[in-house]
Amino acid sequence: MEKETCTWSYCEKPEIVEIETDILLVGGGMACCGAAFEAARWATPKGIKIVMVDKAATDRSGSVAMGLSAINTYMGENDPADYVRYVRADLMGIIREDLVYDLGRHVDDSVHLFEEWGLPIWKTLDDGKKVDGAEGKKVGKLLKEGGKPVRSGRWQIMINGESYKVIVAEAAKKALEYNRQATGMEQNHFERVFIVKLIPDANDPNRVAGAVGFSVREHKAYVFKAKCMLVAAGGCVNVFRPRSTGEGMGRTWFAVWNAGSTYTMPAELGAKMVLMENRFVPARFKDGYGPVGAWFLFFKAKATNALGEDYCATWHEELKKRYGKYAEVLGTCLRNTAMMEDMKAGKGPIWMRTDLAFEEAKKHMDAKELKHLEAEAWEDFLDMTIAQAGLWAANNIRPEEKYSELMPSEPYLLGSHAGCAGLWTSGPEDICKAHGLDEYFWGYNRMTTVDGLFTAGDGCGASGHKFSSGSHAEGRIAGKEMVRYVLDHQDYTPTLAKSADEYVAEIFLPFEVYEKYKNYTTDPNVNPHYIRPSMLQKRLQKIMDEYVAGAGYWYMTSKTMLEEGLRQLEMLKEDSAKMAAADHHELMRCWENYHRITAGEAHARHILFREETRYPGYYFRGDFPQIDDENWKCFTVSRINPETGQWEFEKIPYKQIIPD
Amino acid sequence: MPSYVITEKCDGCKGQERTACMYICPNDLMKLDRDRMKAWNQEPDQCWECYNCVKICPQQAIEVRGYADFCPMGANVIPLRGTDAIMWTIKFRDGSLKRFKFPIRTTPEGSIDPYAGKPEPDFSKIKEPGFFTHQGEGKEMPKP
Repeated sequence: MEKETCTWSYCEKPEIVEIETDILLVGGGMACCGAAFEAARWATPKGIKIVMVDKAATDRSGSVAMGLSAINTYMGENDPADYVRYVRADLMGIIREDLVYDLGRHVDDSVHLFEEWGLPIWKTLDDGKKVDGAEGKKVGKLLKEGGKPVRSGRWQIMINGESYKVIVAEAAKKALEYNRQATGMEQNHFERVFIVKLIPDANDPNRVAGAVGFSVREHKAYVFKAKCMLVAAGGCVNVFRPRSTGEGMGRTWFAVWNAGSTYTMPAELGAKMVLMENRFVPARFKDGYGPVGAWFLFFKAKATNALGEDYCATWHEELKKRYGKYAEVLGTCLRNTAMMEDMKAGKGPIWMRTDLAFEEAKKHMDAKELKHLEAEAWEDFLDMTIAQAGLWAANNIRPEEKYSELMPSEPYLLGSHAGCAGLWTSGPEDICKAHGLDEYFWGYNRMTTVDGLFTAGDGCGASGHKFSSGSHAEGRIAGKEMVRYVLDHQDYTPTLAKSADEYVAEIFLPFEVYEKYKNYTTDPNVNPHYIRPSMLQKRLQKIMDEYVAGAGYWYMTSKTMLEEGLRQLEMLKEDSAKMAAADHHELMRCWENYHRITAGEAHARHILFREETRYPGYYFRGDFPQIDDENWKCFTVSRINPETGQWEFEKIPYKQIIPD
Repeated sequence: MPSYVITEKCDGCKGQERTACMYICPNDLMKLDRDRMKAWNQEPDQCWECYNCVKICPQQAIEVRGYADFCPMGANVIPLRGTDAIMWTIKFRDGSLKRFKFPIRTTPEGSIDPYAGKPEPDFSKIKEPGFFTHQGEGKEMPKP
């Protein structure tokens, strides 16, 4: 096919805004807000500049945009070593224990700040009574002062989290403003600017020098130069064909705007990725994807098949035969496996027995307490998955009377929730040195293998179960380290490998292509010269579902299936050079889907490389159905060689530092 | 459940540069039709139903209708977000109603002073684990 280039012959060249900073934060979610807060405190007295660039409005950007009903990582009375044990067990034995322990020892400080800033956190009073966050503030103590949270599980605490992100964003924006005023920048917080590509340094291809993107509101391109940067822009959603068939495609479990940018942009620069074969398949309330955590942990509800059998119990022995010690306690993926086996045997629908949980509660609660319990059940949805409340109402479901259906969803790629895909980063110096973890340490905590490029939250791999609070804390860890990086590299001046004009022409190509060809056909939607972003996404989703273990194929794949999927992905990648965009919104969709393609490819190639089924219930390799510790209890690490475009794979040993 | 804008109630935020819903939508879905001065959701199948447009609309002109590919018709969920609490009204398909009120914030909006009363960073400890808050309070980070 003929190669298209943008010569500004058909579309108008945008104004190019060039911004220089020391530290650039790409993203505006929990991790970047944490980074802004911590980094601004260290950077500002030294005159170090920080800039945040967010594709949305930071008040409501990222995965916490809607709100949350719980904070899932709070140590409190727990030892971070036990947190490592829990994460390790749930992620089938292979995690970076240095990173997870480091997160565990830092995270509570972020939760304490959230409470101080105004996040309502439920409290358990001295008499054992549980109160909501507003009441708790009046009559209870702050967590930091020894107040007791309401635990729904060992690591989880209940909150009234409708405004969680608004509160965290307010602190981050004030921190940025403090830095802006002291360093004399005109503007250091950019909203509605979407970063498309990272730029290597002219003098060192393995060093990041900048990032290029565009405004979705004005015809402007942005070129940022920075000494170092944090890329933390969420996980990857809608890379697989969803279970929904129409409008409901937006009702993804994880935030629909997470486009894999966190993986693809660093990968294109040559950053190493780890465990990209890992995915998360949440079993949630069907269609609305309402959370189940509180139902299991807090309301003590049971899930059963349609015959009333507890599938985790009935399948336990068989799963132990298949997966040995990994099935002694059933982690998230093995509970999925049990559910799927019953579904395949026709024993569905799978029910969450909310009705029985209420019946049980009636035995020890009075009418007023029951009313309160009912409100808590609805709040669980209204705080974070409002669609599920609407779906209950539309089906006339009252949870105290009628059970609801559960369903394993389409797969998601992420590193912050119950998954551990992501970038391969350096760990904390003290832990790595004390435990001889030389292969996990190269200077700066949470720095990727590209010099000056840091990540956190969904970006930092092999260390799941951070959730919202952990992502904020990890952003802070990276933020502090970036300040140290700038102090250590005062003489470094970033130089872009190519001119700003060249990068801008590349990212505006979909405009040029659209304008060039749009009148060739009577309907601009059907045109042989280009592909519009929604079709690009659908083609990707179909390939991923059919060949890379999607929900439509019972999460099953094999070498032969993956190889055919990769052949089709290759052609899709070629066709992405013909993306077309009619406006700035569509230009963002083009590049988001472009990011999804490489994230999806990384996922497929990693599954192919790992010749075992490490995460049964998330995906199955039909040709290697077992867990094979002898050959595969290790990190799978990949890199796209930026010079050749070839994928390179290596195994890096897993090292245990916390005893069983 | 994609959001929709009620024609009669939307005033296009009175001709400002951009509407409140355009400002807040995390997925850049809301658009203003300048000829009619009415906002609309340009990509309903990418709507997460986060309700941020519904909550922010000064005219209460935005509501949400269940995703047509799986949701039966007739129900709705309507929030009224104040400064310290949110009220929810849930209408079931069978017409019955439920109302809930939950706290959202315990401090006044805009009142956060992120570093007030917080320790200064100690640059002699920048290489050690712990945030500036831990270090300023003399808190040792545990090691495995």
